Amino acid sequence: MTNQDLVIEMRGVSTHFGKRAVHTDLDLEVRRGEILAIAGGSGSGKSVLLREMILLQKPSAGLIKIFGDDIASLDEAATHHLRQRWGVMFQKGGLFSALTVRENVGLPLREHTALDDKMIDAIADWKLSLTGLEPDDGVKLPSALSGGMVKRAALARALSLDPELLFLDEPTSGLDPASARGVTELILKTHALYGLTIVMVTHDLDLLWRASDRVAVLGEGRVLMTAPMAELQHNDNPIVQEYFVDARGDGRTDARSDAHIQARGQTAATSPLSAPSSAPSPAPATTAAPYGR
Amino acid sequence: MPWCASTLMQVWCFAYAEAMNAAALSQSNDHEWKLTGGWTVHSLGTLGQPLDVDACAHGDIILNGEKLEALDSAGAWVLHVWLQRHGAAATLQHWPPRMQALMEQVGAYTQLKAEPKAGPNAEPQAQQNAEPNAKRSDNNVTVVLTQPPLVRLLANIGRSAYAVGEQALALLTFTGQTATTALNLIRHPTRIRWRAVLHNIQIGGFEALPIVGLTAFLLGVVVAYQGADQLKNYGANIFVVELVGYSMLREFAPLITAIIVAGRSGSAFSAQIGTMVVTDEIDALRTIDIDPTELLVLPKIAGLLIALPLLTVFADICGVFGGMVMARSQLGIGFYEFLDRFGREVDGSAFLVGVGKSLVFAVIIAGVGCFQGFRTVDSADSVGRQTTTSVVQSIFLVIVVDALFSVVFNILNI
Repeated sequence: MTNQDLVIEMRGVSTHFGKRAVHTDLDLEVRRGEILAIAGGSGSGKSVLLREMILLQKPSAGLIKIFGDDIASLDEAATHHLRQRWGVMFQKGGLFSALTVRENVGLPLREHTALDDKMIDAIADWKLSLTGLEPDDGVKLPSALSGGMVKRAALARALSLDPELLFLDEPTSGLDPASARGVTELILKTHALYGLTIVMVTHDLDLLWRASDRVAVLGEGRVLMTAPMAELQHNDNPIVQEYFVDARGDGRTDARSDAHIQARGQTAATSPLSAPSSAPSPAPATTAAPYGR
Repeated sequence: MPWCASTLMQVWCFAYAEAMNAAALSQSNDHEWKLTGGWTVHSLGTLGQPLDVDACAHGDIILNGEKLEALDSAGAWVLHVWLQRHGAAATLQHWPPRMQALMEQVGAYTQLKAEPKAGPNAEPQAQQNAEPNAKRSDNNVTVVLTQPPLVRLLANIGRSAYAVGEQALALLTFTGQTATTALNLIRHPTRIRWRAVLHNIQIGGFEALPIVGLTAFLLGVVVAYQGADQLKNYGANIFVVELVGYSMLREFAPLITAIIVAGRSGSAFSAQIGTMVVTDEIDALRTIDIDPTELLVLPKIAGLLIALPLLTVFADICGVFGGMVMARSQLGIGFYEFLDRFGREVDGSAFLVGVGKSLVFAVIIAGVGCFQGFRTVDSADSVGRQTTTSVVQSIFLVIVVDALFSVVFNILNI
């Protein structure tokens, strides 16, 4: 693979907040045209990593190249140019509450192009319908939208300049399963239509399974591995295991569900009660259980 | 404890509000205790206290849960504490599995609390979660308990000094950024957002007219009234014109206008920007390549730079009018006489000094308002705190700068 095919290249990225290290010597590559998901437990630095890619935060050390350019050495004009080549959808939507939905979607066009207002509104309406919103929704204020609609409107805004690169921060978080599936479909549809590169942060397993080409698993301050979901499932790294295998429901070996099953299974009036210091003992036939002091 | 061995039933019953029977514990024989009723927060009543004092169970006992109707965390806790206090080891008999699991949980929790790093049988997940917490609280405890008051005082002073320094540096950065953007914008005037500027003039200026006018009028009344008393003693009634004229034009009108606008607009700026920080709107602006300084800060500063001097002129008029009204009613100086002398005696420079100061105040109020808004971190609480800080800081700075102006003007003889 040549460097031409890499949309984003991160080398030796380290991030510290005071004494706390979020990333140490992290490497990540995003290939042109793929949907790369960044996954990992809470506090593993997924969002920080995304913020570093979209120039909202500077890493403490390391190199980040986007479209082949080192973002640390971009001049102002190049930064402006770069920012207009991508679209970002925030977790909370980040829609401007003072503007209507249509104005929100049209804002990047209004700011960065010489198109007249009529055309901008028309394009905004088109993007809104593309993301599954009704024309009536365009004149609403963002506060009048439901969670799923906010995500759709945010995606419409992210797409308004027809970006080459799309960043999605938790695109399905806080949505009911039906809406989440709708957003997942939308992401796939958008990807097919525009052929863009998508980087998304998520822990929605359904989204990971259905929409990601590769998944970068974050843990211990670095990318543990980057692979398609099907491969990750058979990976024996304990962190990866805990994250994917368990939650898929085919590895119900954790203590919680064990205890649960045990509690459900015990229909007898009495059962053993083991103190936490002693090893769990098999259920004896006696009708009483000791309760440790 | 002779009564302890008795097989007499000891029953505690307490008032309860639920349909459930009150929680009770009774001794049926030497080793067996019977639990009845609902051991929940509502039907537990004050059972906890008598269990602490009176009841005694020790050695190996049996807790019969046949008649136990319900058990929640509070009930399990009371029972657990009772057993622990008397060093009893209980065997749970005829307990529903769910309640039994709850008792087990209480035991596991106290075990974990007592020796956070032990507990080999605690599930690994729980251990992972519990250990850092335990360590953290350990650290806190040592910090709080081992430091003598003097060290703590010094630490607090140091921390505050660091925070002040950090904020000063951030303010400097903000000022530099704003100035650079402003210069850039002056070079490309087509990018100036006039709509936003006009909007800010309307909100911060026009809509503030009634309150500013009324306050300035009352201030004029007060100044004239206080002066009238003294001036009458010396028969110097007519000097009320100079008193009202100079004090309103130079000091009171610009100051009271600035204070009102700091309360109205400074707070609004902070709250608006702060909320935008919380809802990711500021980040969204940056990612779609719109400079928040250009869109939010500069129109606000420009708006106040236009609105505040105009408001100050309005306050001048209202304040002097208030003085005139008072001069006529208290000192018998008619409007014509007042204005005649006002035109001859009150220097035009007093007016210019007042309006000039208001330009500086405008920059302070809008700048501090926006700066504090951007310092909001991700919470609603923080928005409130930064808004308060912005108002307090801008009023304080306005008064400090006003005092500095007085000193400088005195030296320059203006």
